[in-house]
Amino acid sequence: MKIVLSHLTKKFPGRGRGAKKKEDVTAVNDFTFEIPDGRLVGLLGPSGCGKSTTLNLICGLQKPTEGQIFFDEEDVTPLTPQKRGVGMVFQNYALYPHLNVEQNIRFPLENLKGADKLSKEEMRARVEEAAGLVQIGDLLDRKPAELSGGQQQRVAIARALVKLPRVLLLDEPLSNLDARLRLQTREEIRRIQKKTAITTIFVTHDQDEAMSISDLIVVMKDGLVHQIGKPQEVYDDPANLFVAKFLGTPPINLFEGRVEKGSLFIGEEAVLTLKDIPDQPVHVGIRPEGFILSENGSFTCRLSRPEVMGRDVSIVSTHPASQNPVIRSIVDAESCEHLSGDNVCFLLKPRKVFLFDQTTGTRIPFETA
Amino acid sequence: MEKQNLKGWLYLLPALLFLGAFLIYPLIDVFIYSFEEGYNSASQTFFGTGSYNYSYVLHDTYFLQALKNTFILVIITVPVSTGLALLISVALSSIKPLQELFQTVFFLPYVTNTLAVGLVFMILFKKTPYSDGLVNLLIHFFGGSSVDFIEGPYWAKMFVLCFYTVWVVMPFKILILTSALAGVNPVYYNAARVDGTGRIRMFFKITLPMISPMLFYLVITGFIGAFKAYSDAVALFGTNLNAAGMNTIVGYVYDMLYRDSGGYPSYASAAAIILFAIVLTITCINLLVSKKHVHYH
Repeated sequence: MKIVLSHLTKKFPGRGRGAKKKEDVTAVNDFTFEIPDGRLVGLLGPSGCGKSTTLNLICGLQKPTEGQIFFDEEDVTPLTPQKRGVGMVFQNYALYPHLNVEQNIRFPLENLKGADKLSKEEMRARVEEAAGLVQIGDLLDRKPAELSGGQQQRVAIARALVKLPRVLLLDEPLSNLDARLRLQTREEIRRIQKKTAITTIFVTHDQDEAMSISDLIVVMKDGLVHQIGKPQEVYDDPANLFVAKFLGTPPINLFEGRVEKGSLFIGEEAVLTLKDIPDQPVHVGIRPEGFILSENGSFTCRLSRPEVMGRDVSIVSTHPASQNPVIRSIVDAESCEHLSGDNVCFLLKPRKVFLFDQTTGTRIPFETA
Repeated sequence: MEKQNLKGWLYLLPALLFLGAFLIYPLIDVFIYSFEEGYNSASQTFFGTGSYNYSYVLHDTYFLQALKNTFILVIITVPVSTGLALLISVALSSIKPLQELFQTVFFLPYVTNTLAVGLVFMILFKKTPYSDGLVNLLIHFFGGSSVDFIEGPYWAKMFVLCFYTVWVVMPFKILILTSALAGVNPVYYNAARVDGTGRIRMFFKITLPMISPMLFYLVITGFIGAFKAYSDAVALFGTNLNAAGMNTIVGYVYDMLYRDSGGYPSYASAAAIILFAIVLTITCINLLVSKKHVHYH
C-alpha cells in the first residue's frame, strides 16, 4: 500500500520561559512525499530531526498539527492507531514482560472484535506463521527476559506482523543490538520485508543502516526533509552540504575553496577547470574515493600516514584549506607502493567533487571543461 | 574469604545484638510464657507447664468475640481499602490538572493523629438523647431513622470501625499505587494502542500485572496491619472494648496483660501466639497465591 504525506506538520508547545515561552517547537515541518507500495523506506537523520515524530504521526500515536496522511486513497489522519492497521516495532521492543513469547505475539489478535474475531485454532496458526517467519518457533514458551536482544527484536517484529498490517513501522530497530547482530538483523529485516511485501518505514540515525537495506531514503534535519531518493542517488548527487556530510563512511572531505576565472581553487592550487560558473567562494566536498594518486596531480596535501585496510589503503593527510583536521582518501593498494616524502599529490574525479554555496549550503552544479 | 566473612559478621553485630535482645528473645520468651500455667509476674512463679493457657483463651467468650471482630475487620477492610485505593490511584494518574493537590488531599489522613481522627469520627457518628451526629442528620435528611453508631447495635459499630480503618489505611496505599502506576513505561501503552487494545483490557492485561508486586505488598502488609488493629477501636469506642463488644485480638492481649491488677501474662502470651500463628498462615497462603499472579521483572 502506498503512503502519502501531504503538508504534514507537527508543532509542540514551547516550554521555555520569558521571551521564548510562546515559541512552538516544530518537530515536523511541512512534509510532502509519497512512499510507493511495498517498499522499504529509511527515515534518516541526526537525533532530534523529527524522524520518530514522523513515525508516530503515521501510526497515529500523535496527531498532526496540520496536513494529512493517506494510505492509498484513504485519509487516515483522523483515525486512531488501532483503526489504521499499522504494525509497530518500538525501539526497546516494548514486549510485555509478564507474558511469554506466544502470548506476546497473540496479544494483537485477541483485540480483534466482531467479524474479525478469530477462533483459538486460527490464532494459534497465525502466531505460528508469524513466529516461523522470524524463525523463533522454538522460543514460544520463553519470557522476554530470557531472550537475547536479537531474539526480542524478532518477537517484536512477529507481534507487529501477526495482525497482517497494511504498514510496518520500525523505530530505530537495530540500535539496541551489538555490531555483529546489527548486520545480521538488517539483512533479516530486508528478507522479511521482501517476503511479506508490506510497505515498511524504519527510522535510523545510522546512514550505513539506511543505505544498505532501503529502497528509498528520506534524509531529514531539524524537522525538514532535505532529500529523498534511492540510497546511491542520494550519495552520488546530494542536494546540499548537510546531506553530503551526513552520508558516507569515511565522511566526505570538506575544503574552503573559490571559483575564479573558470577554475576551482583550493588554497593556491587550481584543481579543476569548470564551465560557465561565476566567480564566488564555495565549500568544496570531495568523497574519499574521489582522489587519484598521481605524481603530476594538481592537488598537494601533507602526508600524515597511510592506513592499510587490506583491499584499499586510506591515505591520511592534511591541507591548510581543509575544514576537517585530516583528509581521508581511499585508493587502490597497488597505486601507493611508492608513497614517500612529505607531500602527496592527487588528481580529482570530477563526479566525486561537489560545490556548495558558502551561505546557504545548497549544491552548485557544474560541468568540467 | 574466611577473613571477609568475619568482617561481614562484625559489621552486622550491632544490628544483630539489638534484634536478638529486643525481638528474638522476647519472641521466644512469649512462646515459653504461653506454656507456663498460672505465671505470676510479681513473684516470677508458675504452677506447671502445659497447654491449659491455650485452652482457656480459646474458650474465653471475650477472645472469641475479639477473634470474630478481627476477622470481620480483615475480610472487609483489606479488599475494600486496596480496591478503592487502586481506583483512586488510576483516576489520579489519568488526570493532569491539580494532580498534585489531589495527591496531597488524599495523603492527609496519613499524617493525622489516629486518636484525633477517632474523636472526629465519634462526633460524626455519635447519637445522644439530645443531639444527633452529622451522619445521623444525613440519615434523617434521606428519611431514615437515626442509629447510634458508637454505642448502638453491633453492625453499626462494626460499620464505623471498618469505615474508619479503610479511611486511615488508604492514603499510604494510594501513595504506593500512584508511584507504581507512574513507574509503568508508557511505551507498553503505546504498543497496546497500536495493536487496538481496549481500555479495560489494557488495565487488566498490562497495568495490573505491571503493578502486581506493589499490589501484593499492600495486600500482605494490609492483612498484617488489620490483624494487629487495636488503637482504632480504642479511638472510637474507648478503652473498655470488651464491654462494647468491639475488642480485637491485640486489644484482648493488652487487656490480659494490664487489666485486673497485674493481669494474666500467660493468657496474654497464648493469645499473642495464636495471633502469630494466624498471621503466619495467612501470609503463607498469600505467598502461595502470589506465585501465580505476581510478576516480578
